[in-house]
Amino acid sequence: MANKSIPKKEFFAPIKAWKYIFKKPVTIKVPYVKREAAERYRGFHINDWNECIGCGTCAKICPTDAIRMVEVDDLPHEYGKKPQRPVIDYGRCSFCAMCVDICTTGSLKMTREYVHVSPEPEDFIFAPTEKGIHGIEDVPVGWIRDEGSDLLELERVEMEMIEGEGRSKSFIEYVKGYSKEQAMHEAARCVECALCTDRCPQHMQIPEYIKAIWRDDLTDALKWLLKGNEENNMLGANPFSAVCGRVCTHKCEEACSLGNRGEAIAIRWLKRYIVDNVPEYDKVLEARPENKGKKVAIVGSGPAGLSAAYFLATMGYDVEVFESLSRPGGVMRYGIPSYRLPDEALDKDIAFIQALGVKIHVGVSVGKDIPLQKLKNEFDAVFVSTGFTLGRSTGIPGTEHEDVIQALPLLREIRDYLRGEGPKPKIPKSLVVIGGGNVAMDVARSMARLQIMEYGKVDVKVTSLERTYEEMPADMDEIEEGAEEGVKFYPGWGPVRIVIKNDKVRGIELKKCLQVFDENRRFNPKFDENERQTLEAEMVVEAIGQAPDYSYLPEDLKEKLEFVRGRILTNEYRQTSVKWLFAGGDIVNGPDIIHGVADGYWAARGIDEFLTKGVK
Amino acid sequence: MGEVKLFFGPNHPGMHGNFSVHMYVEGDTVEKARPLPGFLHRGFEKLMERRLWYQNLALIPRICVPEPDINEACYAMAVEKIAKIDVPERAQWIRMIVLELARIASHLMSFPGIGGTIGLYTSSFWGVSDRDRILDIFESLTGARVYHMYIIPGGVRKDLTPKIQDLIFNTLNYIEERLGEYETLIFKNRIVHTRLKGIALLDKETALELGVTGVGLRATGVPYDIRKVDSYLFYDKVDFEVPTATEGDAYARVYLKYLEIYQSIKIIRQCLEKMPEGKINVPISEGNALRYRVPKGQAYVHIESTRGEYGYYMVSDGGEKPYRVAVRGASYPQTFIGIEKYLPGTRIEDVPIWLSTMDVCAPEVDR
Ligand code: SF4
Ligand code: SF4
Repeated sequence: MANKSIPKKEFFAPIKAWKYIFKKPVTIKVPYVKREAAERYRGFHINDWNECIGCGTCAKICPTDAIRMVEVDDLPHEYGKKPQRPVIDYGRCSFCAMCVDICTTGSLKMTREYVHVSPEPEDFIFAPTEKGIHGIEDVPVGWIRDEGSDLLELERVEMEMIEGEGRSKSFIEYVKGYSKEQAMHEAARCVECALCTDRCPQHMQIPEYIKAIWRDDLTDALKWLLKGNEENNMLGANPFSAVCGRVCTHKCEEACSLGNRGEAIAIRWLKRYIVDNVPEYDKVLEARPENKGKKVAIVGSGPAGLSAAYFLATMGYDVEVFESLSRPGGVMRYGIPSYRLPDEALDKDIAFIQALGVKIHVGVSVGKDIPLQKLKNEFDAVFVSTGFTLGRSTGIPGTEHEDVIQALPLLREIRDYLRGEGPKPKIPKSLVVIGGGNVAMDVARSMARLQIMEYGKVDVKVTSLERTYEEMPADMDEIEEGAEEGVKFYPGWGPVRIVIKNDKVRGIELKKCLQVFDENRRFNPKFDENERQTLEAEMVVEAIGQAPDYSYLPEDLKEKLEFVRGRILTNEYRQTSVKWLFAGGDIVNGPDIIHGVADGYWAARGIDEFLTKGVK
Repeated sequence: MGEVKLFFGPNHPGMHGNFSVHMYVEGDTVEKARPLPGFLHRGFEKLMERRLWYQNLALIPRICVPEPDINEACYAMAVEKIAKIDVPERAQWIRMIVLELARIASHLMSFPGIGGTIGLYTSSFWGVSDRDRILDIFESLTGARVYHMYIIPGGVRKDLTPKIQDLIFNTLNYIEERLGEYETLIFKNRIVHTRLKGIALLDKETALELGVTGVGLRATGVPYDIRKVDSYLFYDKVDFEVPTATEGDAYARVYLKYLEIYQSIKIIRQCLEKMPEGKINVPISEGNALRYRVPKGQAYVHIESTRGEYGYYMVSDGGEKPYRVAVRGASYPQTFIGIEKYLPGTRIEDVPIWLSTMDVCAPEVDR
């Protein structure tokens, strides 16, 4: 033997063990002595129902299929939450604690409880609450997730951007987009809970396309973008993927379950990655449906109009779109600055829609060049989506001055100028923008760029009633990036009058805003009339909201339609009270592009039903 | 007298796990023996191909109940080899501590095994209750007593706290002290000498021919121990010996296990001393556990279990699940071929001694 030689046998050896007979036994008497389990013990579960969002990630990781998600009747259905809670079958549970380590909210934990006796098999299947399996207060907590055992990656893959100073010198798109590796990495963070799908106005099949990115199958990913869910009548498709991949308000990301403990998946950037990287974009949808022999006219080529055109074309209708401006795209073409949405991205989406046979007539103003009645006579149905094209004014003294202008016309002018299709807009040395929304940011950032090009320095001030950046309706990114580009912010001020001297705008007088909304969340601003300041400016831009232009609607038709606070009332299929007339987009619903796409989708379904079954 | 068929199965107190042997006996002597695992057939390897890389962590410890950590370590190391992952140093030391604790627990468990077989029940009680103290350590460290699911690809799941280090330190002192008592009770015991010496003999040539490793082979004088011959983790950075014997009998095998406990204690003490601060794991790939992927490739890793060479051969096609996994269970050769070839000629009462000292682990044989 290497270490020790084999022991010799002894006659008394067995008897020596008898000396232990009076020693305290090391074994524990059960059930008389309750043994306290270790701090990390993996016993039965507890789940805090207030925190749990019903995402089902725990059920997905469970290696033994011990977890089922069960609908709970009285739980509220809110965005970012499902009315489901995990139910655990202790006949299957292997007590591995993976469910705890992956829980997206941290609501699920294990306890130090380990004794449970029952003759009833059902007593081993239960939905854990914060009271554990035995319904007691202060259940001793055992295994909990920590940094070492976490099974989620909580930080998103950072998006590369051109830095502040560099990007403020041009209108070139500053968000660079993900590389393949970055996109696959970001896609690998998704837990497929589909809370995002629920939140998205168009219910895009987000987990499906994210998974396709992770599998590096971009053709499939694009199919999910364009086709959506076929069983569900293509719900979930979005013909404006290149656009939405850049400028969508990404409500989905607010619902992402990963946002509970970390950073939401960069859904918008992933969508953009797909569209930017599939070379045969327009060949993805091969199937062309049978022509139904019916025609639909669409007024306005914004997101709602062109989406409706897309969905109708894929259903087999002949679609013609009428656009009063010289290029199609509406707000996407003329409102959003090119550093956020370059023309090429929009053109890609529109070219795809045209490839399906949709005819777009530009420079044709319905109501002027063609009466709406004519469209009604020549087409089987009409969809109007003319958007909010008029600006709103604060109405303070001095706004009638020519150097007090509206945001939308200015943005349109800038984009036309940059395309070489219009004159240079007036570029003031100093500018005040009134408004706290994204349109105000677009104006401020665009003018900052033009000022740098013209004078080499920025003097743009943004003032808003909202008193904090959080209160401002603009995206935080827009505010932060605007600040990096030299824009100065003056939140919490209300406009009093435009200061005009010698017939020239010199600035704007403001008063302190004490409150924007009342306790009922109604817009009800209050001011301190004594606290005032004046901001210097050669020009003032009002960006406090937009209004519709219904001048193309004949009076008799207007009388038949119902309006609610300036918007046209429709049913869920976007059908107005006039059967052949459907409406969508800003004039009905959505303040953003994805709402427009959803309107286009529902309108297309409504029109289809109307034309095939003559219903409603 | 005609041949009698005897079924020696899981219902027998001398049998190990869900295993059985069909014996044809004449008088007290075994004429023919056929191993029949027969009760498990759980197809671990195939099951692994249907589970996500991460989910398999709950399955693999079940392959060998007395020593689940070996499976965890093999699986993790194979993934790391394919994915070329550098495991943080601290995690490697912690893994060694876990594996050596598991070795002690498993060896302590073999004393009850042999005690039950020959009627020395005090050794059974002692072994089981002292093993429980190791399980207490596991409970503190991993949250579970038997199926730890603690060693994961990329490292380990939770850190070793100073409190747990103290627990390990004190427990090792206790076990070391107890080992003297074990020597008196078991190894100087004349009953044990009578029942184990010269029994269930296996010579060097046969052991090598069968592919027997572990104490089965070392008891024939071959110092084959993977920790030394193909060192993994930081076994080459610690000082320990590999006890061997030449007798090749049941007694030598059990005694070697006893000596190995001393070596394991020695190793753990060094680990506790040398272990640096730092991270305890790195992600095996980007994203979350539902989307872990191991790059394309294959690997064989082997480590020294209490039963001998334990190995995992794994192939990844770059997907979210293993493409193929094959486990080399350490007790397979002596259990399957050994029983059939070497039990004939022994007496009936010596059959469990072979099974026990050869460390038959039923689920590991019948995967
Ligand atoms: S502990 Fe493991 S087996 Fe049990 S419910 Fe959670 S994930 Fe499933
Ligand atoms: S993972 Fe957590 S939050 Fe999601 S359902 Fe399970 S317990 Fe609830």
